[in-house]
Amino acid sequence: MAKITASVYTSHVPAIGAALDLGKTQEPYWQPVFQGYDFGKQWLKDNKPDVIFLVFNDHATAFSLEMIPTFAIGTAAEYTPADEGWGPRPVPKVIGHPELAAHIAQSVIQQDFDLTIVNKMDVDHGLTVPLSLMCGQPEAWPCPVIPFAVNVVQYPVPSGRRCFELGKAIRKAVESFDKPLNVQIWGTGGMSHQLQGPRAGLINKEFDNMFLDRLISDPEGLASVPHIDYVREAGSEGIELVMWLIARGAMSDVAGGPAPTVKNRFYHVPASNTAVGHLILENN
Amino acid sequence: MSLEKPYLDVPGTTIFDAEQSRLGYHLNQFCMSLMKAENRSRFKADERAYLDEWPMSEDQKQAVLARDLNRCISLGGNIYFLAKIGATDGRSFQQMAGSMTGMTEEEYRNMMIGGGRSADGNRIVGEHGDAQAENQPQGEAGRLLKKSPLPASGTAPHPKTPGSEQ
Repeated sequence: MAKITASVYTSHVPAIGAALDLGKTQEPYWQPVFQGYDFGKQWLKDNKPDVIFLVFNDHATAFSLEMIPTFAIGTAAEYTPADEGWGPRPVPKVIGHPELAAHIAQSVIQQDFDLTIVNKMDVDHGLTVPLSLMCGQPEAWPCPVIPFAVNVVQYPVPSGRRCFELGKAIRKAVESFDKPLNVQIWGTGGMSHQLQGPRAGLINKEFDNMFLDRLISDPEGLASVPHIDYVREAGSEGIELVMWLIARGAMSDVAGGPAPTVKNRFYHVPASNTAVGHLILENN
Repeated sequence: MSLEKPYLDVPGTTIFDAEQSRLGYHLNQFCMSLMKAENRSRFKADERAYLDEWPMSEDQKQAVLARDLNRCISLGGNIYFLAKIGATDGRSFQQMAGSMTGMTEEEYRNMMIGGGRSADGNRIVGEHGDAQAENQPQGEAGRLLKKSPLPASGTAPHPKTPGSEQ
């Protein structure tokens, strides 16, 4: 039986990818950001999974306004890093896990979540920056990755509650896979930020830290926070945080198991326009 | 029953909902086309001719030509799509976001290094924070633009988001 062993949470800022690709990680502006991932990089080496289930959002890259899936699961064998307008990032292509992905798609749809199945897409910084933060600049990513894209660009986006419930369905799906795979689930994006209008640059450290506190100890209650609270408190793009609730809902304590161990917690302002948050929780 | 839109009173903010998406469909799809290097070159060679290939409104085309992102957003643009124009111009996301505040690049960057914009006073239209309509433009870049004899094109209020514009 496959098992989710840990969840990893991190922001996914495009400028972080650019700083890494252009060799700026030791500059005074960026050094504190990357230092916050030193623990996580070592932890991932010591706890290498067989598969990473990576929850992220596409930023008008694979999905234009032609089609806007709320939840999309990648079942392809591989995914190419996208050209987001600056040219593609010089990072390895992403190898998928079609067998497990197809199994999860089947199971989660049978649990009443309407997933869009994607067999061809390019992946943008939403997916590649978290991998870079946790792996550095390897020749190849350490394991196959199942991309799971959530619409947080066009409102209404899925509620925190629905994301949390979806996480529960994903855990059940993984545990019904008949091979002994060690799976990590990553929730990416977010912490407070707003990229538009005269309110651009909004950062709310109090909200972000409250979110991290409650994500650890009260995810059920946190799932009830309505969208409008994210918009007012964390900025129009802070809504990306609902994706963290998918990863949190897949942890075993939510289904009656013991509380997870907090292996790492990091928070820093700013990275370009946003706050950066990072958390690692291990199942017990 | 009317739809629930509790986000219409957030200052300096236009939520990209299904209605905005409908208004901005061709504008945003034009932006998407700039993900191909070949299209970026064609756009740079003759912006007007390239824009004329798209069934966008004249207002939308003018807003793109002026690189007035606030105006683009009021006409249905979304920042993740509009970012492709910035990328084509070689601008960072921070430069693009900052351009909508009326601050110079340095002023905006310094605000972020100082911990960013506070939510206090900026949660609801009618408070007194720096994102409120009466406090625009926020910085030197906007003040210079205001003194210019040419009318700034980002000044028309968005009909659905009071206070979101200068």
